Amino acid sequence: MSGALVNEVRDIDEIVPAGEPWMGVVRRGQTLRIVDLEGNQAVDTLFYNAADTAEHYSAQNTIQGQHGIYLTTGTVLLSNRGRPMLRIEEDTCGRHDTLGGACSAESNTVRYALGKRHMHSCRDSFLLALARHPHGTNGGMTRRDLPSNINFFMNVPVTPAGQLRFADGISAAGRHVELVALMDALVLISNCPQLNNPCNAYNPTPIRVMTRAHA
Amino acid sequence: MAARPVPHCVVQALHPRSDMNTAGGTSAPLLWEDEIPGGAHWSAVLRRGVELRLIAQGDDANVAALFYNREQPLERYNMADTLKAQHTAHLTAGCVCYSDMGRILCSITEDSCGWHDPLCGLTDAAQIAERYGATRFQEQRNERFVSSREGLLVELGKYGLGERDLVANINFFSKVVVGDSGAMQRVAGHGKAGDFVSLRFEMDALVLLHAGPHPLAPGPGYAPPAIRLQARHAAPPAANDPCRVRCPENARGFINTERLYLS
Repeated sequence: MSGALVNEVRDIDEIVPAGEPWMGVVRRGQTLRIVDLEGNQAVDTLFYNAADTAEHYSAQNTIQGQHGIYLTTGTVLLSNRGRPMLRIEEDTCGRHDTLGGACSAESNTVRYALGKRHMHSCRDSFLLALARHPHGTNGGMTRRDLPSNINFFMNVPVTPAGQLRFADGISAAGRHVELVALMDALVLISNCPQLNNPCNAYNPTPIRVMTRAHA
Repeated sequence: MAARPVPHCVVQALHPRSDMNTAGGTSAPLLWEDEIPGGAHWSAVLRRGVELRLIAQGDDANVAALFYNREQPLERYNMADTLKAQHTAHLTAGCVCYSDMGRILCSITEDSCGWHDPLCGLTDAAQIAERYGATRFQEQRNERFVSSREGLLVELGKYGLGERDLVANINFFSKVVVGDSGAMQRVAGHGKAGDFVSLRFEMDALVLLHAGPHPLAPGPGYAPPAIRLQARHAAPPAANDPCRVRCPENARGFINTERLYLS
């Protein structure tokens, strides 16, 4: 095995402060653990096929595939090509959202007030990560490559009458979700900076991102 | 404002089926009329101020739909922003379809069936073959079964767009309810022949449609109904327009949209 490859599969263990993006690669067979360090933090996350980023996590394929809208242990994250990307192996939170998408400067003007445009947002973090990271810039990734994402630790129930609610979080300090990669996956995270939404008690907090070889 | 374009295809306006489907208060003359055969895909540019009515020509119709800003198609329909702004997980009259730039691509001005599915996505070729049987042009000619994903990819390709532009779509005429556990259930028999939905375009939009089965439709018979299209001029949305006043979010969405077209 080459030294370069050994380096690539080195375990990751990083703290991502609120409002920061994170981008990295999880190799097939590795697990990715995301820890909600202080509770009810929204972790906006996208996955891409590391070898071909036009293949990416698809919220609609995933909920269609399992006939259910919530992500939890056993959920297989499907790509836009209908292929399994990662599987949730462990979930001490119990439910994660994939309908609420990411906040953006522009959607904040609609949701809260026209003057909220200048507040930091997840899409700004995503775009900054794409601009900084070799996979983003060299891979030609742009806003085109930002489909609907997962919000780990966020609780967005849909009622039988078809209403969408942003309910109080069900996560808590130290809860985590762990996924095993079924393909080499590029991970794009925005640790959400939203200050207008009670779902995080108006207090965005850090997360921990870890990888290790799958047991 | 530019002069109205000369209507074409108006001869079809006298078709008895379209007369049957003009209920609902629309009085503007037809600009044009067209029909998407069941299983076929379609696209066009619809200008700001045009209203497009989709009329189901059979029971249990489904239309996979996507909208893009004609000027800059990187701006596109955004499922999450549409649902979040309006606190809804289904679309009906009074709802609007948001782009990812906080603007309104189109408003749903009329709806006879009360629920359109924004959640479930597209069929792909493997699902269609598994559920309805494998078909090829060689044997079935234009009766072959085309998936919504492939139909929309073909339409995207006509505008220099592709897979990276294929975002989460709407399935018109389909109802999918979500139980307390999060389980999704398609409601069979929701859409009836003659059901219609009208989209008033608030932006110059690229519109992509595929009249194929809903991804949760059980099969096995492949018989997606045709969809009749009627285009008319729409009056600009008034201060008390039902879509504008549905929620404060939509009022701001209209402001963002109108600013784009101020000159």
